[in-house]
Parts: sequence; C-alpha cells; structure tokens
Amino acid sequence: MIGSEIPALIPVTYILFAILIPVIGLWKREITWHLSLLGTGIATVFSAWGLIHLIQTGETIRYFFGGWMPPVGIEFVYDGLAAFIVLVINTIAFLVLIHSREISKVEFPGKKMAYYTVSMLLMLGFNGMVLTGDLFNLYVFLEISSLSSYALIAIGEKRAPYSAFRYLIIGTVGGSLYLLGVGFLYTVTGTLNIIDMHAMLPQVIGHSSVIAALILMVVGVGVKAALFPLHGWLPDSYTFASSTSSALIAPIGTKVAAYILLRIVLFLFGVELIDAELPITAIIGTFAGIGILYGSIMAIAQSELKKMLAYSSVSQIGYIIMGISLANPFGFIGAVLHILNHAMMKALLFLVSGSLRLKEGHSLITKFDNSYRKKYPWTMAAFTTAAISMVGLPPLAGFFSKWYLALGTIDNSNWILLAIILISSLLNAVYFFRILEKVYLNNPETEPTEDLESASPQNNEVSFSMMFPMAVLGLGLLIVGIFNVYIVNIIFTMFPAGF
Amino acid sequence: MLDFFLGHYAYWFTIILLAIGLYGMLLKKNLVKKTIGLSIFQAGVILFFVSVAMKDGATVPVKADGLPVSEVANYMNALPHTLMLTAIVVGVATLGVAFALLINIYNRYGTLNEEELLDKIQ
Repeated sequence: MIGSEIPALIPVTYILFAILIPVIGLWKREITWHLSLLGTGIATVFSAWGLIHLIQTGETIRYFFGGWMPPVGIEFVYDGLAAFIVLVINTIAFLVLIHSREISKVEFPGKKMAYYTVSMLLMLGFNGMVLTGDLFNLYVFLEISSLSSYALIAIGEKRAPYSAFRYLIIGTVGGSLYLLGVGFLYTVTGTLNIIDMHAMLPQVIGHSSVIAALILMVVGVGVKAALFPLHGWLPDSYTFASSTSSALIAPIGTKVAAYILLRIVLFLFGVELIDAELPITAIIGTFAGIGILYGSIMAIAQSELKKMLAYSSVSQIGYIIMGISLANPFGFIGAVLHILNHAMMKALLFLVSGSLRLKEGHSLITKFDNSYRKKYPWTMAAFTTAAISMVGLPPLAGFFSKWYLALGTIDNSNWILLAIILISSLLNAVYFFRILEKVYLNNPETEPTEDLESASPQNNEVSFSMMFPMAVLGLGLLIVGIFNVYIVNIIFTMFPAGF
Repeated sequence: MLDFFLGHYAYWFTIILLAIGLYGMLLKKNLVKKTIGLSIFQAGVILFFVSVAMKDGATVPVKADGLPVSEVANYMNALPHTLMLTAIVVGVATLGVAFALLINIYNRYGTLNEEELLDKIQ
C-alpha cells in the first residue's frame, strides 16, 4: 500500500529532481522550468493525497528509514500537522515556480538551471524539516534549506551577495546554537528522537542543561523564523533577492521555522512542561508582540514595496509565534491557520511585486499612481485582495486567523496582546491603504485633462503564466476565508497530547 | 572552586572557542575574518559534542575477541562522533557557500572590508 510510503516519497521526489534538472539541463536548458514544475507538482499531489489519506484513516504514519526502529534509526513522522504544512509549502512553491518563468528570463537569464536545481534543494530541506522526527536530522535539513536559501538570495540585484553573506553569518550562528541545544538535550536524555525525548523530559526537566537547551533551541530557530530581535537579516535579504527568490523564501521559509518552534515548544516539551522552570512562553510572547508592532511601524516607513513586505513579514511571523506562546487551543488554531493564510497572502503580494518589477522595472511605492489600475487591472485586483486579507477584513482568510488569535488572548486574559492584535491591524491598514489610495483614487494634482485622457495608458497586463498563480492565490484567500470552518475542523485533530 | 574550573576544562575550552568565534564575527571588519570566526564557532560546537562523548579508559564500540571488554559501560558512545562527521560536512558546505559569496562580492566591489563595502553600496 502506497499510503504508508508517503512521508518518504515527498523528499525523494525533490532529491530526484535536484539531480535530474542539472543532468537534463546540460542537454536542454529550456526545459528546466518544466522539470521543476513537474517535481513540485508531483510532491504537491503526494502531499494532497497523503493529507486526504490521513483524514480518512486518522492514523499517524511513522516511516522508519531502512527498517531501523526509532531510538536507533531515523524516522519520518507524518501526522496531521506535518501533512498540513507540507501541503501548504508544496502548493505555494508550485504556484511561485509557475510565476517564475517570465522573471527568470529577465532577472537571471544565464542561471536558470542552477536556480531551479537549488530551489529543488530548498524544498527538500523544508519538507525534510517538517517531516523528520529526529532532532539531529532536523539540523541537517535546516542547513540544507539554509544553504540553498543563501544561494537563492545571492541571485539578485547588485547588493544581493552582501545581504546573502550577512544572512549566512547570522543563519549559521542560529543553526549552531540549535545544534548546541540538541547536544545538551542528548547528554541528559541519551536520545535524539522527538517522541522518545518527549517521554523522558518530565524526569529531567529541573536539570539546568535542559533549560539552557530550550533557550538555545528557541534562539537558534528564532533566527530562522525572524523572531523580533533576531530578524536583522530579513529585510535586506528579501529586498535585494530576485523577485521569484523572495516569493519562494518569504512565504515558506519563516513559516517552516515557526513550525519547528511550535514542534519544540508544544510537542517536544509539551504544554505542561514548557513553563515548569522558566516562563518561556511569556518571553516568546513578549518578543512576538514587540515584533508585531515593530514590523508594522517599520513597514509604514518604507517607500519600496518589497522592503515594506519584508518588514510586514517580521510583523506577521509575530502573530504565528504569539499563537504558539499562548499555548491554548485557540492560539494553536490561530497559529496554524495563520501559517496557511500568511503563506498565501505573502506569496501573492511578492508575486504582485515581481510582476510590477517585470513590467515597470521598479516597485517604488512613491511612483504608484492611478494609471496602474488601467494598466494592470487584474494584478491590482489581486493586490487588493491580499491587502484586505492582510488587514483582516472578513470574509477573506486573514480575518479568521486573527479572530482565533484574539480568542486565544482572551482565553488567557492577556489583554496587552489583544490590544497589540487590534493596533497592528490598524497599522496594516495604514500601509496597505496608502497604496490602494494611490492606485484607485484620482490624485487631485493630476486631474485628468483632455491631453491625459487621449494618452490614457493601455491595458498592459502580465502574461497568463504569471496571472494564473496570482488568480489561484487570490481566489484561494476567499475560499479559505469562507470555508475556514472545515479547515479549523481539520486543525482540531492536530492538537498535541495534553490539550 | 579550583576543582570546578579544572574538572570542567573541556567545557571552558568550548566556551572560549564560541566566544572567539562570536568576537570574530561581530567585531572584525574583514569579511574573510568574519568567515574564519564563523568556522571557529562551528568548531566549538563540534568539539563540545566530541568532549561530551569522551569516556576515560573506555574502548571503541566493536565487539571482537581482540578487545577483551565484557562490561558494556567500558565501550565509548560512538553516536556523537558520527553525528559530528555530518556536522563537519555541513560546516564545510557552509564555508564553500561563504567563499563563493565572497568571490562574488569582491568581483563586484573590489574590496572585502565591510566599511569600504558599505560606503560603495550607498
């Protein structure tokens, strides 16, 4: 039965295509794009099929590599949460790669083969991180995805290699700190398997090295997730990377790191243990709250669309981590739902900025005007959908994750975080509506005269291969928003033990 | 007190290595020196794992007639060492990517000094 092989098949698909693309690319450079689409497409089908299989049977699949049982061998755990996240990241990657065709011709014409090979490795790292049930294996996949994201970020504008180098320094320190934390935990428990270690931790929780390990792991993964004081690498990296690289890394990379944080806090340590010796959730929650406000305020100050989106990512990742820090069912639903919603919204927004860069050659907010709504009616419609969803207006998806997060804060009587959610929604409205205002309202200074009317800009919409993923994501936001009850019902089955 | 310092000398060594690595990454202006600091930092973590797995008077975990060990406790734990082989490979790969980026930066700006680089970028 193929069902039990699903967790291994997804990473294997990516390994296969990471080898296949350079081999075939040497012979025919043009089809590397098709091959990368085929690879992500197959992985998406596998993950969709796996999630449906999981919902029907309700059993967690534990895949043991080489038939070695967990304490000795490495296992992949395919439970509801992992299946959900894998489906989200593979679908988003598939859509972004469809969009990348036109951009790759303009932004990195000679590097196509390398780009698609490395993006396959990036997806291998992300999927492996989500699926693995072994802490050291997680480190290896973390580094695979990090190394590929450094390479992807370095393909870009003139400043891109320097921002990639800065990210490399910070990211490697984060990875090393995580590894040090794993080392501490290994010395006290003698196992690297998450399920095994979860069973052993209650006996050693008072040990000072366990607390040190928790802090080191949270800091290490927090760097990758761009948790507030550790976000320094993010804005430059996303801004100067090529449009499609940032569209690939921004929606997925930080989400996967946030998911790892969720695994460590709620699954490895567990809800009862997490605050036993140190109020770690309160600390994470405080940083997440500061990060939400900081990211929103910095986003208002930016005049470049991609940089604004990068700062807005810092803010949005704060929501997910805040949901984790609440450590109650509503917070959990909010965090998982926001992983899905924000992945869709950010992917859509970065795709729009990529399309604008292709057509206009820049994405400066100051140069936006009302001619854009005539030149790019559908792109702007997609942008509006994502923007309204980011602000959190029903019935779009963004509202519902914020709703559950707000319920979570009320459940914990944490009024400060509730206030932060409300204030940051207003701040989101400020930085998105100023763009919508420029695009959709007539500027009184350039009131159309007879001359301007005759020279009115023509419809200059992007091609179908770029429009299609944006349309899918835009409609997806609406559909996820309207049918969020069904998704929340699926998320209900993913709670870790102890909820 | 002295026992505390001498008894944990391997850990102090690790901490000193991590501190040197951090110092190199944070305060050195030359990007190559930053990379060296990064490498020292990673080596510190790797040596920590190796020192944790060290056991006085124990032998390699191979059961053979040539090794007359009956007590399991007299075997060394080989797992941390093997894990660190993987971590070393990861470190080498990181260095490779770092140097590739440095070559790229040098070709574009003609300098690896961070201050000059920031001036030229502006």
